[in-house]
Amino acid sequence: MSVQHQSRSPTPGTTSRRDFVKLTSSALAAGVLGGAARPAHAQPLLHTVSDDWNGVLVDLSVCVGCRKCEWACRKANGFGDGEPIDAYEDTSVFGQTRRTEADRFTVVNRFFPDDAGGGPVYAKKQCMHCFEPACASACLVGAFRKTPEGPVLYDSSVCIGCRYCMMACPFGVPAYTYDNALAPEVRKCTMCFERITKEGKRPACVEMCPVEALTFGKRSELVGIARQKMADHPGRYVDHIYGEHEAGGTCWLYISPVPFDQVGFRTDVGTTPYPELTKGFLSAVPMVLVMWPALLMGAYAFTEHRKRLSGAGDGAPSAPDQSEEAGHG
Amino acid sequence: MANHAGTVGFGEFARERLLLGQSLGRYLRSLVTPFNVIAVLILSVGVPIAVRRFTMGLEATTNLTNNAPWGLWIGFDVLCGVALAAGGFVMASAVHLFGLTDYRPLLRPAILTGFLGYFFVVVGLCFDLGRPWRLPYPMFVSYGVTSVMFLVGWHVALYLTVQFLEFCPAVFEWLRWRRMWRWACYITVGATVFGVILSTLHQSALGALFLLAPGKVHPLWYTPFIPVLFFVSAVGAGMSMIIVESMLSHRIFSDQVAGHDREHADRLIVGLGRGAAVVLMTYFGLKWVALAHGRHWDLLLTPYGAWWMVEVFGFVLVPCLLFVWAWRIGNANLTRFAAVLAVLGIVLNRLNVSLITFRWNQPDRYVPSWMEVAITISIVTAGLLTFRWIVNRMPVLHDDPEFPPEHGEPG
Repeated sequence: MSVQHQSRSPTPGTTSRRDFVKLTSSALAAGVLGGAARPAHAQPLLHTVSDDWNGVLVDLSVCVGCRKCEWACRKANGFGDGEPIDAYEDTSVFGQTRRTEADRFTVVNRFFPDDAGGGPVYAKKQCMHCFEPACASACLVGAFRKTPEGPVLYDSSVCIGCRYCMMACPFGVPAYTYDNALAPEVRKCTMCFERITKEGKRPACVEMCPVEALTFGKRSELVGIARQKMADHPGRYVDHIYGEHEAGGTCWLYISPVPFDQVGFRTDVGTTPYPELTKGFLSAVPMVLVMWPALLMGAYAFTEHRKRLSGAGDGAPSAPDQSEEAGHG
Repeated sequence: MANHAGTVGFGEFARERLLLGQSLGRYLRSLVTPFNVIAVLILSVGVPIAVRRFTMGLEATTNLTNNAPWGLWIGFDVLCGVALAAGGFVMASAVHLFGLTDYRPLLRPAILTGFLGYFFVVVGLCFDLGRPWRLPYPMFVSYGVTSVMFLVGWHVALYLTVQFLEFCPAVFEWLRWRRMWRWACYITVGATVFGVILSTLHQSALGALFLLAPGKVHPLWYTPFIPVLFFVSAVGAGMSMIIVESMLSHRIFSDQVAGHDREHADRLIVGLGRGAAVVLMTYFGLKWVALAHGRHWDLLLTPYGAWWMVEVFGFVLVPCLLFVWAWRIGNANLTRFAAVLAVLGIVLNRLNVSLITFRWNQPDRYVPSWMEVAITISIVTAGLLTFRWIVNRMPVLHDDPEFPPEHGEPG
């Protein structure tokens, strides 16, 4: 089943430590060391695709770089009041590769890949809406959440502004309103949460796209659609659905006529869900909390015992120090 | 509690304990020193920038961008500040738990350095946070329990409290609050154990923060071992920082250490340096273990590989060997030089992980603005002024003759 998440290349070290902790704890729980094989249910639920998750499939072979999605996105999110759509015909912005900003949740970049025969390939960028978002696992106040509908949403009412989410995001998506002194916040694409859940519409960018480069649908079905496109047009796409497994899987998917590293995509993000990267460390925390007091108090008891044996500790409390220091001085 | 001061009224207390036994006019005149003039100059630049930061925002003061969300204030003020303040828990556990009571003279300066270090880390953090007034949120309002940062936040807050409790005996001696003093001494061992636990976890957690940034931190510095590396290097950094701090203290507060036996003090420093050598050698080994684990040998031949070796040889192995050599020939000045190198090495490591190699493969590089640098220098200056204010008043570098050296347990 193509939607099933599989074949994660484990991060060395982290995984083995996590496994060790899991193994140890389950062994302790079962009381039997032999029967402590990792049970299937130990995999967090989110590793598999929820049928309720929405997503978008982006076909880079279709996109013509008109940037109308950018215009629609800004309009839908209340930026660039009354901005004329004609302004987006200006191609000079392609001069540099852009990223998402606090008032621009999606951007289209132009590339001239080696494998595209000289022609440009355009790539739209926005929040990927990960299955297991790095931003959510990074946030110390839980300001990010993966909604049952798929979008990853941010709640500024609890955000303290540490910007760890921005450090963590493998796709470089969240942006910050650095210019705001009193109520700065993180901003990013919401997959038009209100539109798709309450108004029954598609995301603004999808609705706007004049060439149907964007397909909105259930994430569980989009992979099949992508595969069908590949089968219908042999040679048109590279055999890679970006987002199917990247960072543990994302709700947005891409298919491309050229390898993804030639059109500005990170191909080193791996397939491990980002929260797994810190899980090993976090599961070691209770171990330290339980073991350190015992070890340290043991050291203390040993020290006291030795002091008593040497006979110096029986007098006034300050005696040993003074005698020792006197001995050195 | 003032009744504990007994016969002393507030006027006399203020004169004796706050103004160092001088009249207000004389005290104020005594403040005009070259050091203070420089400090005031620094703060007269820093304070207006601080006002600008909190009224006009981060964009008006920093070079932070969406691609470089963490800058000097996190890389230096927080990461280096916490590592260099590790001396507090190292010395407390050495003296109270492992019975190395010889080192008691270095304990209070170490705890004060630790406490003020953490305090000013939090001050620096408040400059960096978008909404610093929400600092208590992870404790009381909204809990992100899957976050390493959540752990860091809680532990730094708790540890700041623990360090204050550990320093309380000195405060109560200063205030002559005998009953409170006995209580403060009574909890010493418990506070020390708790402090070691908290330190172990948040020193390593600061490294673990970067586990979520593979591909951004350079592979030579990104490793699953980074929590262990941060913890072990913090222990070495803390010990080295105590040596550096005592070196400065002996120059600045020469009157307070006048009665000290210089040779004895030197022997302690050399001994502490030997301990630091063991820690640095462990750290040096771990750096290579981490490298081998990531199989990044080929990267050693790149410019970043050369930079990695500068850090690992020049600022870890060299100070380590100098510590050993200084111990063999009994030269405290060499120990002090090695300590300065080791401290610089830890600063270099933290900056390498968080700033210098961060997004090394991207064209846009973060360089701090002059205002970020000015705030950082101002915070360090404020820390030094506070340290001096306390040392001049409370029994830190010397014992108070009216109070026997606390013994880590009730008398």
